[in-house]
Amino acid sequence: MDEFIATASAPLTNSIGLHARPSVKLTKLAKTFTSQIELAPAENGPWVDAKSIVKVMAVKAAKGATLHFRATGPDAHAALAALSDLVALNFHGDEADHSEGGSGSAHG
Amino acid sequence: MAELRFTGRVASGGFAAGPLAVLSKSTARVRGVGEPAAEAQALREAIASALGQLSDLAANVSSDGADILSFQMAMLEDETLAEAAFRAIEDGATADRGWRTALDDQILEYESTEDEHFKARASDFRDLRDRVLAALSGAAADARLPPGAILVGEDLTPSRFLATDWSGGGGIALTRGSASGHVATLARARGVPMIVGLALDLGGVAPRAEALIDSESATLWLDPEPATREDFAARAGIASRSRSAADEFRTRPALTADGTPIAVCVNVADPAELDTLDPSSCDGIGLVRTEFLFSGRGGLPDEETQYRAYRRLAEWGGHKPVTIRTLDAGADKPIPGLTLEHETNPFLGLRGIRLSLAKPEPFRVQLRALCRAAAHGAIEVMLPMVTLPRELERARGHLEQALSGLRAAGVDHRRPELGIMVEVPAAAIAVEAFDAAFFSIGSNDLTQYVMAAARDSDAVAELNDPSHPAVLRLIAQVAVHGAATGRKVSLCGDAGGEPKLIEALLRAGLRVLSVSPAALGRTKEAIARVNLRSLADRGLG
Repeated sequence: MDEFIATASAPLTNSIGLHARPSVKLTKLAKTFTSQIELAPAENGPWVDAKSIVKVMAVKAAKGATLHFRATGPDAHAALAALSDLVALNFHGDEADHSEGGSGSAHG
Repeated sequence: MAELRFTGRVASGGFAAGPLAVLSKSTARVRGVGEPAAEAQALREAIASALGQLSDLAANVSSDGADILSFQMAMLEDETLAEAAFRAIEDGATADRGWRTALDDQILEYESTEDEHFKARASDFRDLRDRVLAALSGAAADARLPPGAILVGEDLTPSRFLATDWSGGGGIALTRGSASGHVATLARARGVPMIVGLALDLGGVAPRAEALIDSESATLWLDPEPATREDFAARAGIASRSRSAADEFRTRPALTADGTPIAVCVNVADPAELDTLDPSSCDGIGLVRTEFLFSGRGGLPDEETQYRAYRRLAEWGGHKPVTIRTLDAGADKPIPGLTLEHETNPFLGLRGIRLSLAKPEPFRVQLRALCRAAAHGAIEVMLPMVTLPRELERARGHLEQALSGLRAAGVDHRRPELGIMVEVPAAAIAVEAFDAAFFSIGSNDLTQYVMAAARDSDAVAELNDPSHPAVLRLIAQVAVHGAATGRKVSLCGDAGGEPKLIEALLRAGLRVLSVSPAALGRTKEAIARVNLRSLADRGLG
């Protein structure tokens, strides 16, 4: 396996966790980069392909967990910055709306 | 996208415009168990078809629903999801089993999670599992097709045709298919335009393109230019006006130009066809294809179910004859659990009455239901694929048994007339050997057997010609025998509803034709143009 040249982490605070909608957003964003990107619910893994929604969902990262990213490739740093931002910004408000009772609709 | 134009052959006339819906291979044909490569391909196609359905659905739902659908689509697009299934297929599993097991594992994993939100995802996996399984089994979610869609694919099964709602229009365009197969027959009966033999690369067709079918010029357009659309609308308008001219004939009794009355009955493959048909516009039902009762998923229908269906037909007909054909399974109409699999030549195999006599239990149930329904109308029972007089007599034995059983049980019933289809050349040639109450010529099968040209093969379509002298001579022979012995002779194949063949059929001596409901008007119109006397005069002169 390639050496990972960059790592980052972001807490899933104020969020319901890495569920359906956030996972779609996260994997879609990850796929816009050519780097190999992995994600884990803890510093020491287990690491999964951040471009596979099936694997990302299977991590079952709950609210309060911290997501760890690592990447290797030409745009590794940009990828990690974008992904950490996405998590830190509560998936661009999408989750905030729902988790804070704004719409009252079911999650995911 | 630029306009695309494809030409094929007409299987059912008419004009249709609507959104394109591409049929995947696995939904278009009955799938047997194949080699791992074929199974893997079937699964890939089923997943693609499920994705297509989801994307169609997503186009029509609110944002909350769209979120769920985009999650499901992302899951289906992720190759990881089916990895385990493809591994299982490589190890010899069928596509169905491989997929089901792989998804069930995922479902179990999500169900056993504590977090309610993750637990709830199990339902998405169940949804995906079932949608792909449905696509695999060919019972794809037909209800989800956009209304009035133009179905484009390699081929289409009769059961899928029947499962599709055609009330809002729509059409069929196939790259293979046949103008004389069962789907074409069904399409003509329902007035659904259909073109076959199109040289069209299905892989390159954009989903949700707009499509036009013009069955007069056997043309399919994709993404038509405005000028094409205008021309199409004008031609469709003309066709609809000429159809209303034919419709004037529809409600009148059929008479030739010289005043000879011709009885015109209807063929029925699905009782729903009768909903919009006035019994006074025809002389009865010349053929009921009872396969509609047997094509459901619930196995063979019980006596009560059949009795209710037959009684409804009998009551629709009133005093007019309602000719019900006993189950004609086999060949291109397989019924799981009843017909043989893997016959090398199923059209020459165990089908029709041969199958009924070999496996008599379903036949007995059907005969009992028919005898009971006969108490409510002029039901006649017709046996398909009869080759030997002995088959007719054995069937009569079963009928007698059904009658005496009903008599003993004190159940209301009546003895129906018992007749045969004449579709095997042996029966046509030696017709005088059969003690049948009536004969009905099945011109589709008779033609394919006489001409040795499969009705579902494009390549020999030219040979499959019911107006060939060899076919007409056999028809004439049966008609002459019927007239001489006072037995009714009718014709219930597609030829009866073909205006250009009608004169030849009447000259062969036929006086009863049974055609699809959609063909009633044009058949009577064509009959009115025939002058039988002119030939007789010439003959006498």
